[in-house]
Amino acid sequence: MNTREFSLRVNGVERSVIVQPMARLLDVLRHELGLTGTKEGCGEGECGSCSVLMNGELVNSCLVPIAQAAGCSVLTIEGVGEQARLHPVQQAFLECGGAQCGICTPGMILATVHLLDRHHHPTREEIHEGLNGNLCRCTGYMRIFEAVEKAARVMESDAMESGAMESGAME
Amino acid sequence: MRSYPADYELITPGNLDVVLCLLRDEPNQWTPIAGGTEIMVLYGAGKLLARKLVSIWPLPELREIVEDGDFISIGGGCSFTQIGRHPGIQKHFPLLAQCASWIGGIANQNRGTIGGNLANASPAADSAPALFAYDAEIEVISARGSRRIPYSQFHLGYKKTALAPDELIHAVRLPRRFDGALRYVRKVGTRNAQAISKICMAATGNLRHGRVEEIRIGMGSMAPAPLRLTATEQVLLGAALSDATIAEARKALSNETTPIDDIRSTASYRSLVAGNLLEEMLRSFAASGALK
Repeated sequence: MNTREFSLRVNGVERSVIVQPMARLLDVLRHELGLTGTKEGCGEGECGSCSVLMNGELVNSCLVPIAQAAGCSVLTIEGVGEQARLHPVQQAFLECGGAQCGICTPGMILATVHLLDRHHHPTREEIHEGLNGNLCRCTGYMRIFEAVEKAARVMESDAMESGAMESGAME
Repeated sequence: MRSYPADYELITPGNLDVVLCLLRDEPNQWTPIAGGTEIMVLYGAGKLLARKLVSIWPLPELREIVEDGDFISIGGGCSFTQIGRHPGIQKHFPLLAQCASWIGGIANQNRGTIGGNLANASPAADSAPALFAYDAEIEVISARGSRRIPYSQFHLGYKKTALAPDELIHAVRLPRRFDGALRYVRKVGTRNAQAISKICMAATGNLRHGRVEEIRIGMGSMAPAPLRLTATEQVLLGAALSDATIAEARKALSNETTPIDDIRSTASYRSLVAGNLLEEMLRSFAASGALK
């Protein structure tokens, strides 16, 4: 058994696992670290269900061998919001009906977080492009697009509020 | 059937020289893996024959895009995200930026590399037609040194390339002389994102006094490897873009391509649509040439 120790930062916490170097990041997250929010859909990079952020970039965790994730910072759905307070993207998916069966949802939310990171006010076209690797067989996508637009609006007003508070505190 | 991780070795030297020495000292033993968008798919399906892998992700020596005078040099390890977002590529090589945006979805563009796309040598590689259109050169590197191969001589057959077992794709070099050229690109697929092309065509050209002075046409999925349509180009060079020339060019295209039936399309659909794309391209060139 050619197992080795690999360290990576998952949702802000330093973690170590002893696995084979070709173990998939997806399996390490689910089986070794118990983070079962990341789902396996196709297992071949077509569907986006297993999307996570690695060093801030969206990746399919089914296509990442753990040896290439060593030393990286990984964000999974478990690290996106908090139990008590959902992330605005999660809240918007909930309110707009952007999730039905739920298999694509964690990946869809990570792809949305990644998209809104680069485009604070995405156009429909930018939303289509940002989510083009994440397939959903339930919603027909329209409610997902509405959720993304709603999340963008909420995040903008949150940012303006906290900006106002900060400048208020400085005065 | 899924692969069993214990059957595989993957090492991550983190340094290009170490990788090159390994490829020299243990020839044909190690398979380089970059972003894994091909290798990990085979692995997931239990079809990966290579058992010993050496990671070239993300070696800094392979990830640079350098603009030096007459050329732009794209490191073999550059991701399609990096290529699509690069201002110099967007400005001077828009066909390549466009093709980069068609490769897989965002997550695959973040991990898929141009060197991987070329070394994997799929006949449907989406970056290939643009590289033919821009007369690219492939710089390969090994412990023995480096050499340049015109891209038109890189593909030797189905999944066969001019790369020696100890060589890696160091960079793709594009000459910066296409700014004023006429250009065309189109992918025909089930959808633009994620779906592998049924056909992809890219071309650059110039007309002078209504005649074709220069033309380069690249196609994917029309032969065992990505193809430059040299015979069709010969028919067009020096000719005026009349209906007769276009018909002759369509015939030449049909003679020099060998499409097949597969899960994505059929040979007869591909032949017909490839001719239509060629005609669309030539008529758009004729129209913009007339405006000049």
